[in-house]
Amino acid sequence: MIEVNSISFRYHNDWVLQDISFRVEKGEFVGVIGPNGSGKTTLLKTLYRLLTPQKGEILLELVPVKKIDRADIAKRIAVVAQETQLLFPFSVLETVLMGRSPYLGHLTFESKEDLEISKKAMEWTKILPFYERPMDELSGGERKRVFIARALAQQPEVMLLDEPTANLDIHHQIDFLDLILTLNRERGLTIVMASHDMNIASEFCDRLILLQRGRIYKMGSPGEVITKENIEKVYGCEVWVDQNPISGMPRISLLKKGGH
Amino acid sequence: MKTITLRKVLTISLLLSLLLIVIILLSVTMGSVKIPPLRSIRILLQSVLGLTGAGNETERTIILSLRLPRAILAGFVGAGLSVSGATFQALLRNPLADPYILGVSSGAAVGAILAILLGLGTFSFGLPLASFVGAFLTILVVFYFGRQDGKIHPNTLLLAGVIIGSFLSALIMFFLSVSQREELHTIIFWLMGDFSFSNARAILIISPYILSGVFLLYLRSRQLNLILSGEENAVQLGVDVEKLKLISYLSASLITAASVSVCGLIGFVGLIIPHSVRLIFGPDHRLLIPSAALLGASFLVASDTFARTLLAPVELPVGVVTAAFGGPFFIYLLRTRKAVKTL
Repeated sequence: MIEVNSISFRYHNDWVLQDISFRVEKGEFVGVIGPNGSGKTTLLKTLYRLLTPQKGEILLELVPVKKIDRADIAKRIAVVAQETQLLFPFSVLETVLMGRSPYLGHLTFESKEDLEISKKAMEWTKILPFYERPMDELSGGERKRVFIARALAQQPEVMLLDEPTANLDIHHQIDFLDLILTLNRERGLTIVMASHDMNIASEFCDRLILLQRGRIYKMGSPGEVITKENIEKVYGCEVWVDQNPISGMPRISLLKKGGH
Repeated sequence: MKTITLRKVLTISLLLSLLLIVIILLSVTMGSVKIPPLRSIRILLQSVLGLTGAGNETERTIILSLRLPRAILAGFVGAGLSVSGATFQALLRNPLADPYILGVSSGAAVGAILAILLGLGTFSFGLPLASFVGAFLTILVVFYFGRQDGKIHPNTLLLAGVIIGSFLSALIMFFLSVSQREELHTIIFWLMGDFSFSNARAILIISPYILSGVFLLYLRSRQLNLILSGEENAVQLGVDVEKLKLISYLSASLITAASVSVCGLIGFVGLIIPHSVRLIFGPDHRLLIPSAALLGASFLVASDTFARTLLAPVELPVGVVTAAFGGPFFIYLLRTRKAVKTL
């Protein structure tokens, strides 16, 4: 599905990504983890060509992303990013309808079909009851759902999530991730998620990519990547890794400095 | 579920067009020379049909060569400034942006003042040309400094515009301080917006800029919705943002340059009309752009009519009227925002 071939990217003189290669298969749920500034967000941005790497190339179903028209990328890759600006707030429905944008030409209005697709996306994400509310009156969790619905309205093959659970309480985190997991398992949606929360990544992702200063430090199943040794090396702090007693996936506990 | 449809846009546009026509008709019947409303309208209708039965020669001249061109010109300028203001608010993602925020107006003012000081102001041609050239040069300079690595950065553009505008304002102050008394009066009126130089030729000169600029922006109206939530957001939804920014900046700037060149700096229209329309009809540019154009036109025609009739035969600068009426009206809309939204 997505093939990243030894890409490197720099802003001005500093290389933010160096020699990154990996593949994401159709229907996979891949997590990208790593410390602040390790290049997680930048990596996601290269996947949908917001940023173009100076070296290497990215293929989407064997076609270089560089050669795909922006609107066509948006039909296949949807992004749920960190908070967007709300200058003049649109309603929930209007925001979700924007997901149909890549399919519409200049000066067109959404058709009945576009409305149906958006309505289904709102049903899935359980935001239909408040579709008329303006975005600035929603809570953080509700707003996240709206952006997921917008992404679904794009009818993508891949969904990129950048820190999707930041600012959400645990109830909303689980709600949100269950929804993503359902989309992944039941609809075959390919997911690439950048996250700070290693326990979440460990529980939900099939495969993890651990970044350290713009390079891949380790890639593999959560069990292979989230080990005491890897995490202490990359993050430079002491942690305790054991297993989640229910799921059996690796679990990280933080330790106070020198307190034990 | 209610969404924006072509039908809704056309219906609202039609209603607002009717309002504009009524206001232009009213404007033509009012003035320091009293011509009965019915006779004024008869003169208008007959001229459309190529007849000359109604009224006397003077009345026909007043209506057809003075008041009508002036109303139409004010309409074009009001439409242009409103659409340009709405565009800059989206492009710069700044609710305080107006058509003049990037210094176009100051460039136009320097051009106009030079024309007045050099004695070109007496010609109806030299003054607008000089101010258009001033505005156009400013657009290019701001554009040059507002770019990095071949991309427009809204914040850099804003800073470049504000700073170049301030520099040009210093020039304006300098010219004002060395001007003679009679020149000063002309300059100050120009700086506050003035339609008294209006003629039919001015309409022919500026309407292509305003019409094509508004049209280009309207084509991009759906994309302008997307860039309101940030450039990355627009890219995620498939917009070529560099192209969008380039087209919006150039179109909105040229509209402003053309408008300012024929009537000076008319404030408030480009700020208040887009916000008022958003409060009434919502932020979707597919409805916002045509409604702002038509309401802006009506507002400026009405304001100019007040400007020339309130203390007739003395004329007020139209900028005084737009600020005096626009400000309180906008405050009123803000206060009743909730009520307006549920309409």
